[in-house]
Amino acid sequence: MGDHFNSLRFLLISALIVMVGVIITSMIGMAIQEELKGMAKPTLLFLLLFTSTGKLFSFVQFIGFFGPLLGIFLGFDSINRERVSRTLSKLVSQPIFRDSIINAKFLSGAAIIAIILVATVLLISGLGIRLIGVVPGVEEVSRLFIYVIISLLYISFWLGISILFSVVFRSTATSALASLAVWIFFSFFVSLGASVLSDAVAPVSQTASGVDAEMLIRHERVQRVVSSFSPMTLYSDATTTILDPMRKTTRSLILMGPLERFSMSRFQSPLPLLESIFIVIPHLISIVAITLLCFGICYLVFMRQEIRTV
Amino acid sequence: MIVETEDLTKKYGIQTAVNQLNLGIKEGEVFGFLGPNGAGKTTTLLMFLGLTEPTSGKAKVIGFDPTREPFKVKEKVGYLPENVGFYDDMDARQNLRYIARLNRIPNEVSEKRIDYWLEMVGLSDESTKKVGTYSKGMRQRLGIAEVLIKEPKLIFLDEPTIGLDPDGTNRMLDLIHSLSRDKNITIFLSSHLLDQVQRICDRVGIMIQGNLVAMGPIEELAKKKLGLNQQDYTLEEVYMKYFKEA
Repeated sequence: MGDHFNSLRFLLISALIVMVGVIITSMIGMAIQEELKGMAKPTLLFLLLFTSTGKLFSFVQFIGFFGPLLGIFLGFDSINRERVSRTLSKLVSQPIFRDSIINAKFLSGAAIIAIILVATVLLISGLGIRLIGVVPGVEEVSRLFIYVIISLLYISFWLGISILFSVVFRSTATSALASLAVWIFFSFFVSLGASVLSDAVAPVSQTASGVDAEMLIRHERVQRVVSSFSPMTLYSDATTTILDPMRKTTRSLILMGPLERFSMSRFQSPLPLLESIFIVIPHLISIVAITLLCFGICYLVFMRQEIRTV
Repeated sequence: MIVETEDLTKKYGIQTAVNQLNLGIKEGEVFGFLGPNGAGKTTTLLMFLGLTEPTSGKAKVIGFDPTREPFKVKEKVGYLPENVGFYDDMDARQNLRYIARLNRIPNEVSEKRIDYWLEMVGLSDESTKKVGTYSKGMRQRLGIAEVLIKEPKLIFLDEPTIGLDPDGTNRMLDLIHSLSRDKNITIFLSSHLLDQVQRICDRVGIMIQGNLVAMGPIEELAKKKLGLNQQDYTLEEVYMKYFKEA
């Protein structure tokens, strides 16, 4: 079912991602080049290529934001396109299991995502090596590898969502819109809702002489719990921990001033790879779990659906 | 009996689509399944293929229960849905190859069969054109070829001639007739185009609002409904009698 490759849509979206990746890298690469003149090489410099924000945003942020779109584009019409072109009824009357149809759709999509991700990361790395002249070490490479895996899972989740919608809705336009709606909901409204809710549950009063520390912690905790319902938060927390080993937790409290925080996080020895992995494992499990969940619903709906021609 | 049903019933909510259907199809015959639109013909076909579950009753297709062993049935039974779809950006050969692969037919075998059936349905010259450019008649013939790729014992055809021009209809009917005569394939034809059914079917069943109101050879039904000595009857007259009574 490798019909993704020759579709125009696929070419467009992957070209977009590769292009943005290259542009960001060259910008950041040049910036780092400037900064590093006459300095010793800091640890894990190579990863900065992916995480530093440059003028606009970092590559990691970009994938976190547009990765879902990639998944949605690959999946939103997978089943109902077959329905509209009336090939689905033919397909299910062949001696194949129904779930193998969904499996094939999902796996082919995931394979495409993997190819795009690996290709872009390699491309950026290659460009980065040329620009800043730093060869990545073993740890950096393995961190990148884990990053690719997390991203693959994350985008696969969106692929799963969009395949689910393509099973549920008969028209391709509806399923595209529904997937996009979910995407927008999670990317904007959950974090918004999180802060609103945490304000309501544990309001932080600025009127008192000092800020009540306990209240502040509660506030922060509520906000975290709510926003961790969003796969976006899960993903961005996980990737920043993996790619930015200077961080100690997935999110720091806001008790410190910005300067203190900067010095805290920058001038300490980086977290070993294993520790970073331990921190993100719960995130990973949640992403996998929600992917499996929507895949499971997909199965249920599709297996019970009656497929007629009319 | 290659197809047998026992009180086969399908309900959608409170509406009964197929009501206690008892039907038997003999091996090698061309059976015409008649009825107005919405009489439950397609639903019956879906139940025969295990694509939808009957509410109650039993069906046996080539000796297997389609709800329990849909795989065995689908391996040996071809189904041409009404207005069949193809992958329009592939050519005829690629479409057939894909279906052959889904049926786990080895490549060497399937290439020969594809050549053979393309020749039989008269599409050899157009086999490298994209299916999107095909006319309705060509698509319908390609559909037949696709059904026959797995060399089935029994094929279900859902309105195979609908929307075809007179020439296309004739070619399609000839093709169906020759399949039954030369290949000994049992054909179950669902249609409401009565003159066509009369031309090629050995026996017919008439279904109206989910009930099978008549079944048997056309002459027999004609005798029963139109009187014994009438020679010059059409299936349409017989059908309309049943239809008015129902």
